[in-house]
This record gives sequence, structure tokens and C-alpha cells, in this order.
Amino acid sequence: MQHNTAYIIGFSTLVCVVCALFVSIAEVSLRPLRERNIRMDRQKNVLAVAGLMQPGEALDGDEIERRFEGFIRPVLIDLASGEENTTMDPTQFDQRAASRDPSRSSKAPPNPSKVLRVPYQALIYEVAKDGELDSIIIPIQGYGLWSVLYGYLALAPDIRTIRGITYYDQKETAGLGGEVENPNWKAKWVGRKAFDERGRVKITVAKGPAGPPETDPYRVDGLSGATITSRGVTNMLQFWLGKQGFGPYLTRLRSEAGA
Amino acid sequence: MASKQREVLLDPLINNNPIALQVLGLCSALAVTTKMSTAFVMSVAVVAVTALSNTAISLIRNLVPSNIRIIVQLTIIASLVIITDQVLQAFVYDISKQLTVFVGLIITNCIIMGRAEAFAMQNPPGLSFIDGLGNGLGYGLVLMAVAFMRELFGSGKLFGVTIMPLVTEGGWYQPNGLMLLAPAAFFLIGLFIWVVRSWKPEQVEEDFHVGALLEPGHQGNLR
Repeated sequence: MQHNTAYIIGFSTLVCVVCALFVSIAEVSLRPLRERNIRMDRQKNVLAVAGLMQPGEALDGDEIERRFEGFIRPVLIDLASGEENTTMDPTQFDQRAASRDPSRSSKAPPNPSKVLRVPYQALIYEVAKDGELDSIIIPIQGYGLWSVLYGYLALAPDIRTIRGITYYDQKETAGLGGEVENPNWKAKWVGRKAFDERGRVKITVAKGPAGPPETDPYRVDGLSGATITSRGVTNMLQFWLGKQGFGPYLTRLRSEAGA
Repeated sequence: MASKQREVLLDPLINNNPIALQVLGLCSALAVTTKMSTAFVMSVAVVAVTALSNTAISLIRNLVPSNIRIIVQLTIIASLVIITDQVLQAFVYDISKQLTVFVGLIITNCIIMGRAEAFAMQNPPGLSFIDGLGNGLGYGLVLMAVAFMRELFGSGKLFGVTIMPLVTEGGWYQPNGLMLLAPAAFFLIGLFIWVVRSWKPEQVEEDFHVGALLEPGHQGNLR
């Protein structure tokens, strides 16, 4: 069919407008449901890394919230001092938004994790079982190959031993770097040491396999075919466990635990 | 149902299966078939997108200027895929996370554009809808068959329910790890094509050799 140029331009404009309309309606009307799913997924990751949920266990939304509220206390930390911030409400805190806001974050020094800004405050979780502190969970994030990986690291009360690691948001290559979400790989972290005896960050993702935690406590198996993602994991742990990240807070906890 | 409609719906299941005969849409068939639940959601998504894109494109088939028809088809298909992705994220978030990029990649699934160009541009909306449904189901059928074999022999489960308890979990079944890797889908699809073509020999292509292209009066096409 032959048409003049005006018709073609008009027709394509109309197609675009109609398609854009449908996409926008879907986006706006489904947003509340999607956001709830994302929140649930994050809480589920916190439960999993805290060992409050068995791998592969299916929980509905209410059960997730019940366990979350039963065992987990969100705490806001002033990163620079390492002290708890009691003036702000932890449940309203959004770390990603805070990191973007110049009044609530500072520029990070150049770092291999490509973390651009560090928020003044950060949200951590204290997990209590039978009234005893069982672990603390800190958020970690950093660049892998294609994307920023967002996750959590759980530390035992000695602030050296790793209880677990999890990633809930990443866009690495599925099957290679995307294997950071593989339960078998995550299980390899449990029992390794993040710090040496003198409190220096020591944990790295090895290239190739690592030994068992008892003999090779500072290394974790590398992800095969995903060298850059593996290095990204090492870098982000170095950053967030170090002095720009949760270093002051963890040092305080360690000295309190030792005292 | 009139015979024409039935033919349009059922033909793509076996006789003109998009994967087995047309050999389209293999990429996602390799990626999402380690578990039946992901394969099922992917199949449903593809059925929805093919059926709706065929209908929408058929509705405007007489208005589309032919020199921009491909990009118009692509715009419609891409919009439908985005909407499908949003619906999956809203209602089956866990599975949508496992499908990762492959929902977005439905856009590049040749089945959908192939049907838009080959069928919906020439046929009325009702029939095009049925054609889209049939081709989506044909794709889904192969996906489910492949996922059935891979999940059963790779992890001893079906839809996540243990059928054959694994040795690692105290059972008796030693899983076949190959089944969980992408090449397994290649082997299974190859076997599937073999079975279908043994059953229906008319699907077998004529012997083809590259030299035939050079022969005078050659009309054939390279696949």
C-alpha cells in the first residue's frame, strides 16, 4: 500500500501514543503490587541470611512479616561514629534514596566497588533468638560486571564469623555472575571469617575452589566464568566492612563483645 | 468450531510446530526449561503475547503503511512484552525473578514476529487470535515437554514436588547433572524433532546440499 509521508508520520505517532498509553496504565496500576513484592522479597532475603528460613521453604506474605517482626530489630546506624541513631525512624529509612540525597550522604572516595555516595546513616538488622543476639545483618552493594549487586551479609556476635550472604537485586549474566543467587554457592560462605584476629578485613572470593572453612577461613569458591562478578563481591565486602562503611560500628561491637 | 479455525489452532501443535518444524524461539527454550514452573509461566507469557499481538496487528493490517510495517509490529510486540513483564512482577514475583531477562527477550522471539508478518497481516482478527494462541501453545508444548524431562531427571522433581528422592537428600536417585545445563535442552529438542518427523515423514526437508544453489533454475531457500 502506498501512502504519503504525512500519513506515515501521523500513523506511527498514533501507534506510539496508544502503545505508550497501555504501558503507562500497566506500570501505574500494578506499581503497588510490585512494590509490595519487592519489599517481601527483601524481607525474605533478610530471613534467609539470618537462618530464620530454610532454603527452598515457601512462605506467604503474612508469615514473612510475622517472623520478621518476631526476630528482627531494624537499627539505624550513624556510619561515621558507629553509634545507633535513635532520632530517626528505621522503618521509614530508604538507603538508596538517602544515598542519592546530597544532604543525607557524602561523596565516597574512589573505590573499586564504584560506590559513588555513602549515606550518613545505614539500616542494619539485629537478629535475636531466645533473647540472645544471634547475628547482625548489614546491607552491601557494589558493582559487578554489568550491574550494581545489592545484598546482605550476616555476621555472628563475635563480628568475625560469617553467618550468611545473599543477593536480592542484581543483573549479572544469568548462569554465570547471576549464580551469586545460587543457594549452593551462598552456603559456602557460612562459617568463614570476614576479619582476621586483629580486625582487618580478610575475606576474598578466590579464583577457583577454596578449602573448607576450618582450614581456609578467609577464601570462598570463585564463581566459574564470572571472574569480574567474583572480584566485585570481594571489593564490596572490603568496602562495606572497611572504615568508609560499617568499620566503626563493627569495631565498637567487637570491643563491646570482648569487654 | 469451524474446521478452518480448528486447523489454525491445532496445526501449530504438531504438524507445523514453531520449534520442531519452523525451528524458531530456541534461545528461551534452552534457558527457562530447567524447571516446569518457570517453563509454564514462560509458555503462558508467550501465548498471551502471540495471541494479543496477532490480534492487534490484524486489526490495523489494512491501515499500516507497508514500508513501516515491521517497526509498527515491533512497537506493538514490545509494548505487550513490557506489560506482560509488569503483570508477572506483580503476581508471580519469584518466578519472574527466575525468568530474569528472558521475559524481556520475548520481544526477540522469532515466533511472534514470524506469525505477525506471515499470518496476522493477511487474516482477520479472530482467526489471527486463534493462530497466535495455537503457535504460543505449540511453543509451550515443546517447552513443557523439555522441562518435564529436565526437571525429572535433573532434580528428581516435577513442579518442585519430589518424585524421585535424591541421593544427596537420603533417597536413591543419582541426578543427571547434564539435564540442568543448557545443552540438555538441545539434545531433547533434537530428539523431539526426530520423533515428530519419524511419525510424520512429510516434515522431513528434502536433501539439501549447498551446490544446489549454483545449479541453474534453483528456487530453493537456505534455512
